[in-house]
Parts: sequence; structure tokens; C-alpha cells
Amino acid sequence: MTDGRFGVHGGQYIPETLMNAVLELEEAYLKYKDDPEFNKELEELLNEYAGRPSRLYYAAHMTEDLGGAKVYLKREDLNHTGSHKINNVLGQVLLAKKMGKTRVIAETGAGQHGVATATAAALMGMECEVFMGKEDTERQALNVYRMRLLGAKVHAVTSGTATLKDAVSETMREWTSRIEDTHYVLGSVMGPHPFPTIVRDFQAVISREIKAQMLEKEGRLPDAVLACVGGGSNAIGTFYNFIDDKDVQLIGCEAAGRGINTAETAATIATGRLGIFHGMKSYFCQDEYGQIAPVYSISAGLDYPGIGPEHANLYDTGRAQYVPVTDDEAVDAFEYLSRIEGIIPAIESAHAVAHARKIVPQMDKDQIVVITISGRGDKDCAAIARYRGEDIYE
Amino acid sequence: MNKKIAEAFADGKAFIPFVTCGDPSLDVTEQLVYAMAEAGADLIELGIPFSDPTAEGPVIQAANVRALSGGVTTDKIFDMVVRIRQKTDIPMVFMTYANVVYSYGTESFIAKAADIGMNGLILPDVPFEEKKEFDSVCKTYGLDLISLIAPTSHERITRIAKEAEGFVYCVSSLGVTGMRSAITTDIGAMVKLVKAAKNIPCAVGFGISTPQQAGEMAAKSDGAIVGSAIVKLCEKYGADCVPHVKEYVTAMKEGVLRG
Repeated sequence: MTDGRFGVHGGQYIPETLMNAVLELEEAYLKYKDDPEFNKELEELLNEYAGRPSRLYYAAHMTEDLGGAKVYLKREDLNHTGSHKINNVLGQVLLAKKMGKTRVIAETGAGQHGVATATAAALMGMECEVFMGKEDTERQALNVYRMRLLGAKVHAVTSGTATLKDAVSETMREWTSRIEDTHYVLGSVMGPHPFPTIVRDFQAVISREIKAQMLEKEGRLPDAVLACVGGGSNAIGTFYNFIDDKDVQLIGCEAAGRGINTAETAATIATGRLGIFHGMKSYFCQDEYGQIAPVYSISAGLDYPGIGPEHANLYDTGRAQYVPVTDDEAVDAFEYLSRIEGIIPAIESAHAVAHARKIVPQMDKDQIVVITISGRGDKDCAAIARYRGEDIYE
Repeated sequence: MNKKIAEAFADGKAFIPFVTCGDPSLDVTEQLVYAMAEAGADLIELGIPFSDPTAEGPVIQAANVRALSGGVTTDKIFDMVVRIRQKTDIPMVFMTYANVVYSYGTESFIAKAADIGMNGLILPDVPFEEKKEFDSVCKTYGLDLISLIAPTSHERITRIAKEAEGFVYCVSSLGVTGMRSAITTDIGAMVKLVKAAKNIPCAVGFGISTPQQAGEMAAKSDGAIVGSAIVKLCEKYGADCVPHVKEYVTAMKEGVLRG
């Protein structure tokens, strides 16, 4: 492993109290990451328990409707617990267990990562506590119940804006108070080194599979891969094995909320600037004095004021591009994919679908696009109904 | 090493109070500095509020929110320090988060802080591994970047202490800032490791709120740092907090000297 830098981004900007914990984690990860026994165990969990490999589905109706490139969907929504989050969580909880930890803690935005962590903890017999912004516990009430059902304790975080960034802060605070028996299962490619690398490696299975499946189905690589980006874990998973394939466009879709010209946005690359927060140097939405901005998106999972350091570097080097997608566009895409393919995507993933609807018609019929559907949209139905003015409660 | 910080520890055990700038207003913060200096404080930590202070417990988190809602900015705090320096030369350090400094421009921030008469800088989210980008600039302008050690630091203490400037901030307990009924860490052992590596003052913070605790911690080190207990008084009494804080600092300083 490197010094934890991606260009100028990354690093370990955390309190001294946590330093030995992240160093211990790095040491354990280096020990196990190429260990055949560990990888065999993890692969078995991913395949037999989580249902991998996930399907690469040819979206014939969408392709026909858009009239441009062929569209494939990488179906991470079909994984156990309904999103890509399980890939990282099974890896980290297994690693924590090897390290002798008996308790895991996690932050969650939409609840996907919290549910995945609670699931893995139930499976592997670990104690589990999840921190979730109070506002998110309300808009994702069903996931709160799910976590409790799985035996986790859920803390509603009321500090700050009571959303994902505050959940991360609170989980970091909890970790500084109890390190010995506790592993922090960070849910995205963010935070202090080694988390961005560990989470990326566990999510890289997405692009590893896309590549093999695409070669099998089409005999060639796709022209573009698209994924939504909050912290950026499903996006880095989708991009990683294509980084060296320069002909494959990498497109991350950020949550623009009500628009990048409004204060109600979470589009970090479009509106943020370089800063240091949550353990890493990267781009953040912030004011002129470095106060972190209270970001907004309809999607609780993308409602985060920063982006992972590897994405920040892929942006700096021009290898990946990042585009903003508004709430309205994402909700339209949520409904579009439901009707045209019979697949209800997570509102997060709908951001990537929305951007695909813009670019696919401009592409040639012999081109190929892959959209990662990072999660399923059952959790969002009530909120989207309310967005459309229907009074539905979970 | 900044001469003023050495002076803070020159007359024996030091008492180091912390206040969040702008809670409840910068005028009150200014008055608090004078009152705490009169009450026997040896060095004052001025907190520049940050929107997301990950090392703070609920008391100081709330103070940050109050101060920022009141419109406090880094530049307004610099202006306040200019006014303070016309009346007192008590040693003072800023305590804030990396992004406040980085976003201002690390060099601009540190040059300005040194220019207006600040003596040091504490950044709880900048550990030994990341200190270089801040420390090299601090050295250029004669500001001490204060190093922290924690109960989990163990073998890291020697390395940290060797390069420490000003004083070493010994974090007394696991977790975030806030008052605690008991401190169970072996502070004496931590301080011993520091002193073996470098002859530098050690002050203990996190969790201290009573004169007795302050005395006990100072007995094992060179001083005690208190934040949340003072901020709690600012929260309770608002604009009328100055005499209450003064009385509290007087009692705490006595506690430190008894220790």
C-alpha cells in the first residue's frame, strides 16, 4: 500500500487517539488482502451469501427507446440487502473478525450501508451500532426498522444538519471513545487512509465482473461506464478495473439537488473546492472560511459534502468526468427505469440513469454503455410518492 | 520554541482555559480573555469555531454552532486578537480544525496569526503523520504547532515528543472533549515518556472540570487544560458569563497550584 495519497488527495487527518487504530487496520489489511484463505472465505460469502456475481443485464427496451448506444445495467440491486454496500461490508467485517474485534460501528445515509453492516454483524456474530442522521431516520424509516430487526442498535444523530456528514462525524467520535474491541466499518471510499483503498478494493469486484461479463457478451469493452457518486464507493467499484483502459469513459453522476446554482446541492466536484475534512484531503462543499456547507439532495445516500480522494484525483487528471444531476432528473429516471425495464432503482442509482438518458441518444448504435444500478428502490417509493404529491407513508 | 509559551510554564504549574470565540459574542470573548488573565490563567486557548468539530463532545459542539450562527468568521477573530493584544500579553494559542487553516490559505493564516501576536496553534485533526505542511510554515513565522498525545499513542509518544514545540498536549482519556467524573489513564507514565524524549512542558486536557481534578493532573504534569466546563458557563450565563468564568478560573488555578 502507498502513503495513502491519490495525487494531493487522501492522507490521515484524524485525532491522535485514532492513529494507532488506523495503523493497526492497515497492517491487518496488508496481511490478509493477498491471503488465499481470507480471499477464499470472502469469495464464498460474496457468492453463496450475497448472491454474486451480480447480473450484467442488457436493457433492450431502454436501448430501443433512447435510440443510441446499447445499454447494459450492472445489477448491484440484486445483491443480498439490495445494494453494492454488502461487497465492502462482508470484506471489512471479516477483516475485523480476523483482527479480534467483537463490535462494529457504522455511519449510514440512506440506510443501505447500515443495513448491510447490521446484516454482516448478524451473520458473523458481532455487536453492531449504526449512526444515522435524524432526518435520514425519518425519510428512511423502514431501513431503521430493518437494522433493529437484524439486532443492531440505531442512534439518531441530531448534531449539525442531522444527515450523512453528521453521522460520519458521530461515528468517528464513537470510535475515539471505544477502540480496543471496535472496528469502524466505513461505508464509502472516504475517510482517513487506509479506508479509501480498502473500500475500493472490496468494491472493485463490480468492474472486475463487468469486464468479464462484457467480454463474454460482446467480445469487447464498453465505451462508457456510469455510476452515481456521493462518497463514491459504487462509482470507484465500477471504474477501478477500467482505469488503465483509456478508451473506456468513466462518468460519475453527482447529486445536484435543486441545481448547482442553488445552495441546495450536494455536487462536490461542480461546486466544492479543495479542503481537509473527515480524515482526508479532497474536494468539499464549503464556504470561504472553510465551514462545511449544509448540502442537500433528495437522495440520502448522496447527501454528502465531499467526495472520495481517489475520485478527486481521477477528476484532476481528467481520467474521469463528473456531472451534476438534479432531483427532478433523478426522480424522472426513477420512474422511467421502473416502467421501461421493470426495474425500480435506488434514487441514488437513478442519478446515473438520468445522465445516461442524456448521453446515450447522442452515441452511435455500435457503442456500449454500462450503468451501475447500485441499489434497489423499494426504500425510496414512499419518498418519491410524496415528491409527486401523493400522501403515502411507510 | 515560542518564548511566550515557555513563559506560561516558567512559574510552576500552568492553568490553561479554553473558550470558543464568539460564544456568545466576540465582545464577551474579549472580556473573558482579560478576566481569565486576571484570575491567574497562564495561557489561553482561543477556539476558532468549525462547523463539524469531530474531536469535540456535545458542549463544545454546541458552542461552535452558537458562535457560527452569530456570524463569527476567522477574520473577525483576528480583529479581536488585535484589540486584545493592545491590553494583555498573556500567551495565547488558537485551537481549530485543519480545514479552517487550510481553506484560509495555510501560509496566510499562520503569517497573520503570528503577526497579530498569537503564540501557537492546536489542530486536533492533524496528527504527527500530517503535520509537516502546517509545521514547516509555523516554524517560518515563529508560531508553535502544538503536538497531542493520547492514551492510545504508546510507542508513538517518543517520536511525537522529539519534534514537539511549545508544550505537549496530553489527552487524558479516550473519546471526545467533555467533563468526566474520573480519569483512569496513567498520565504519569505518558509524561515520563515525553520527558525522556525531550525537555518540554506537558499539559493535560480532556475531561477535567473540578479544582481537585486539575490539581491531580497538574501534579503529574506541568499544567491542566479546561474547555467544556468553561464553555458550559458561557452557555448557562450567556452575555453575563464573565464574572462566573473569572470566579471559576480563580478556583481552578488554586487547584492547579495545590496539585
